Amino acid sequence: MAAVTAGQTAQATEGGAEGADAALQAAFDAAVAADERIEPRDWMPDAYRASLVRQMAQHAHSEIIGMQPEANWITRAPSLRRKAILMAKVQDEAGHGLYLYSAAETLGTGRDELLDKLHAGRQRYSSIFNYPTLTWADVGAIGWLVDGAAITNQVPLCRCSYGPYARAMVRVCKEESFHQRQGYELLLALSNGTPAQHEMAQDAVNRWWWPSLMMFGPPDDASAHSAQSMTWKIKRHSNDELRQRFVDICVPQAEALGLTLPDPDIRWNEERGQHDFGAIDWTEFQEVLKGNGPCNEQRLGQRRRAHEEGAWVREAAAAYAAKHTVVPNGKATA
Amino acid sequence: MTAALALGDDALVLSHRLGEWAGHAPVLEEEVALANIALDLLGQARLLLSLVGDEDELAYLREERAFRNVQLVEQPNGDFAHTIARQLYFSVHQEGLYEQLAAGDGAFAGIAAKAVKEVAYHRDHAEQWTLRLGDGTDESHERMQRAVDALWRFTGELFQPVEGVDVDWQALHDRWLETVTTVLERATLTVPSGPRSGAWTAGAGRQGIHTESFGRMIAEMQHLHRSHPGASW
Repeated sequence: MAAVTAGQTAQATEGGAEGADAALQAAFDAAVAADERIEPRDWMPDAYRASLVRQMAQHAHSEIIGMQPEANWITRAPSLRRKAILMAKVQDEAGHGLYLYSAAETLGTGRDELLDKLHAGRQRYSSIFNYPTLTWADVGAIGWLVDGAAITNQVPLCRCSYGPYARAMVRVCKEESFHQRQGYELLLALSNGTPAQHEMAQDAVNRWWWPSLMMFGPPDDASAHSAQSMTWKIKRHSNDELRQRFVDICVPQAEALGLTLPDPDIRWNEERGQHDFGAIDWTEFQEVLKGNGPCNEQRLGQRRRAHEEGAWVREAAAAYAAKHTVVPNGKATA
Repeated sequence: MTAALALGDDALVLSHRLGEWAGHAPVLEEEVALANIALDLLGQARLLLSLVGDEDELAYLREERAFRNVQLVEQPNGDFAHTIARQLYFSVHQEGLYEQLAAGDGAFAGIAAKAVKEVAYHRDHAEQWTLRLGDGTDESHERMQRAVDALWRFTGELFQPVEGVDVDWQALHDRWLETVTTVLERATLTVPSGPRSGAWTAGAGRQGIHTESFGRMIAEMQHLHRSHPGASW
């Protein structure tokens, strides 16, 4: 962001604290309005910073927890090609988590702190990962629907007002689109396979469709953070707009797959030029968010366990680094 | 072609074991690293098995007694130290083996030339962690020592000549011992002194005699594929 330079900051400070804040706020607002990027060293409102930390941490946590439902099938993947694709995907997700934690760290927080909050249940991850992967077809349904919904959400984030987040999203979206096509192709192979495989694919779509729609968050009239995020250009479209866009993309894709979506109310609305669709079970959504979904305990439990059981490894790495780090005068620290 | 099966099964089975770590690693960087190594090994396995026949038929439809991998690679992950010790022993072996194969003009020269670059990275990763764990805290030192001791008896089999693998096995063994000894000593660990093969483990994996956990591992690996005979995925 060019609008608030160090010089302007100094000038503004001379005008007294209140005047300074007003001038900084005005410069920030002007930068956001002009679609400029806010960068880590720029002044930003505390609430903007806090809101970004919340959203980016949640996003990073989702990548990490999101490894579990898919990793659940690595050892059972039915062909070596599919196994390689799935391993590569889970590896990418860990990488996305790392990008996003780094991006969040530019706001003055630390990865360890964010992970502690995740483990303590004080920060969330996407509700979708609290659903179980019961068959191999679920891996395809996650690729097609869950990654599809994530991309619909994330592509507009590539133009988010906060630079590090927007740049992370550009990289993440490229890889996610690839995963999404692989998931679609997996389902297509099943759908065109034996009757048992076709049934497996349909069953997976039936179980993942509604939870995927919930990934866009509560309806616009119940979304606590939406209005402010849109003013700040962290968000570019409302939850309901993105959900509608996703439904419109999925309907023809489901047809091409030869699978049906489990919603008798889906039909083309000529007048709106969009699909109508049925009501989402928001009670279920709220229950999952509260921790009462099918896998909440299991997912967080596994994450905590991996962290706790890995503590001795991290301690060893730190102790080794302390013994062997070469300090500027050339002597190893004892 | 028993030789391609032996090398292919080594890579396939170790890849599978590393895949079990996904979502359980001690730090995120290790999620990436272990999956990365698993994926490299799976790639090697696919190339090698394809020299023999259909990769999926070979991976999913052979029974336990038909697998030709060494017993070292099928050992359960255990704690992170066991996984690292297994990886160190195997990667040092594989690097020496593939270097020789890549330098020759046998059937595996091309595959080995590609794989040896990956394996050098695996060896480096295992070596760095052996140093950190061995020379880290008291607890990590103890765990790493336990791991190198426990897996030592599976290392003799690595140097049982495999018919059709045209390398100098004695040179391979000597270099392995020298490299592993250097790494363990730098890591402040004691080089194990127990037997490196017993009546049971010497060459057993190569003849299809495996350890108990292996049957359970392939039951999990093959279950879905076997449940849908003739299906494509």
